[in-house]
Amino acid sequence: MPLLSVDSVSFRYGEQWVLRGIGFEVEKGDFLGVIGPNGSGKTTLLRVIDGILKPQEGEVRLEGAEIGRLRREALARCVAVVPQYSALAFPFSVEEVVLMGRSPHLGRWRFEADRDYRIAHEAMEMTDTLALAARDMDSLSGGERQRVLIARALAQEPRLMLLDEPTAFLDIRHQVDFFDRIRSLNRDKGLTVIAVTHDINLAAHYCDRIILLKDGRIEAAGPVEDVITEEHIRKAYETKILVDRHPGTGSPRITLT
Amino acid sequence: MTRFFLFTSLLAVPAVALSVASRIETGKAATPLRVGRVCALLAFVFLAVAAIAAVTGPHRIDLIALLRQGLASDTSPEHTIVFSVRIPRILLAAVVGATLSTAGAVFQGLLRNPLADPYILGVSGGAAVGAVVGIIAGLDILPFGIPALAALGSFAAIILVFGVAGRRGETPSGTLLLSGVIVNAFCTAAIMFLISTASGTRLHGIMFWLMGDLGLAETGQTALGAAALLAGSAVIYLHARALNLLVIGEEQALQLGVDVEKTRRVLFFAASFITAAAVSLSGLIGFVGLLVPHLIRMIFGSDYRLLLPASFLFGATFLVAADTLARTVIAPSELPVGVITALFGAPFFIYLLKKTEAGRCRF
Repeated sequence: MPLLSVDSVSFRYGEQWVLRGIGFEVEKGDFLGVIGPNGSGKTTLLRVIDGILKPQEGEVRLEGAEIGRLRREALARCVAVVPQYSALAFPFSVEEVVLMGRSPHLGRWRFEADRDYRIAHEAMEMTDTLALAARDMDSLSGGERQRVLIARALAQEPRLMLLDEPTAFLDIRHQVDFFDRIRSLNRDKGLTVIAVTHDINLAAHYCDRIILLKDGRIEAAGPVEDVITEEHIRKAYETKILVDRHPGTGSPRITLT
Repeated sequence: MTRFFLFTSLLAVPAVALSVASRIETGKAATPLRVGRVCALLAFVFLAVAAIAAVTGPHRIDLIALLRQGLASDTSPEHTIVFSVRIPRILLAAVVGATLSTAGAVFQGLLRNPLADPYILGVSGGAAVGAVVGIIAGLDILPFGIPALAALGSFAAIILVFGVAGRRGETPSGTLLLSGVIVNAFCTAAIMFLISTASGTRLHGIMFWLMGDLGLAETGQTALGAAALLAGSAVIYLHARALNLLVIGEEQALQLGVDVEKTRRVLFFAASFITAAAVSLSGLIGFVGLLVPHLIRMIFGSDYRLLLPASFLFGATFLVAADTLARTVIAPSELPVGVITALFGAPFFIYLLKKTEAGRCRF
């Protein structure tokens, strides 16, 4: 049974269809990228997978269970999201934020136990944020914040991690650092990842498979080399580009022409 | 001399306790042990301030003599003043202070807005219209007359605000905030209209009610307020960790397993309900609900599992101290307690803001 199966999902806001007949499966250990132009439905798709939006047609199943029927708490124990950082209304320390990842595992009454602290601290070690534990979230740099949000997602002990354009505001060094960390979690710990990103080259470099969306439909899907072609990209983005090979890794690379 | 000493200790006891606590308690995550420790300290401070308040006033109380007499002679004037006048008033101040601070903390978190206070969703406006109508109509001769009308007014306002803001089972916080502001503005206009038609003798009562007056309630009413406060706070405290996640953002709260829509609705109603109960007994006392949660946050951090009980206890302490000053500084006359909370609260708050770099880090 696949970890996640999306079966002919269609979603509309009001009268406007944003997703039309989307279907794909994600196996355990996959690293899937979702790319596409603005308004193609990438973020909507992520929200449907996360159960925040309910599709009017089709269904999303997580290990066979339809996610619309799962309680939010149960869902948060399986699926974690790394969002773009937004400022907090009130100050919280890094440790407090990471411990919030334990929330779906705790009952209403329980405080975090030793085990929860251990899991949070392991997550902070993996993301090099343990030294920041006592710092105020809003005093961190952009790269540090995104690492803390990865730590929080890891503390949820998810089987599926969703990335919602997490590197949009990071410079190139921190983008690479971010995706290197995610890929090593994927390779070493078997973490399944779905990443929505604007950056085609980053997706091509790190993902195993890619889904290219256009106007709410799947324009192309499959291994990176099959999807990132001049024809597909030109059609989806309506922009002239050139695709060649990355000289180091051999993965496809796009250049503006 | 004694009076000067009492005034000083009224301010010094909480200030010293908080500054000691701030040295010990900074930057640690909330654990049951830590919550218990902080609450024990704040409960002790409350008892100390309440005891000072009980012996402070125009009539000097010889505490030693009173204790020596004990409960044996309950006919002495000292005994009557302390047990029938001051302690009921201290209890009411404690209930109202705890309510406003708890509700303020909840609204600040729910609306993700540091400017939010317990009155932000129209509770105050509705209650004020009800109370002013009652005072003008001369209902203050009835038992429960004014509180009942005030409670009625505030419930009407809450229902109106939620009715305006809600659609398809959702109540977005931006719309809620806006409809609260609008209902409050409408009520203010209605009050101005009523005041301009009121006679001189009624005017004094109205002004006192609008600025907060803790000298009105009977013990039975205070007990009702306390019951509402305890029930509401219990419901609120059950959602303390969910409130932490709502502060981070509604979507992230969903992703971390919170049933956001249900949680927000429960919290909005619980906080509005306890505010309405308190306002109906005491009139509008400003600044407590804004100031106390921020003060606690600056000292003990933003975790609602600690913030809520600490605001509850310190809010009670703060209003008891403020009310003691209000009834003694120009004795035998009284000031409205709202004057004291703002006169002392505003400069202190500005000092804290400056000291903590716009309130973002802890001292």
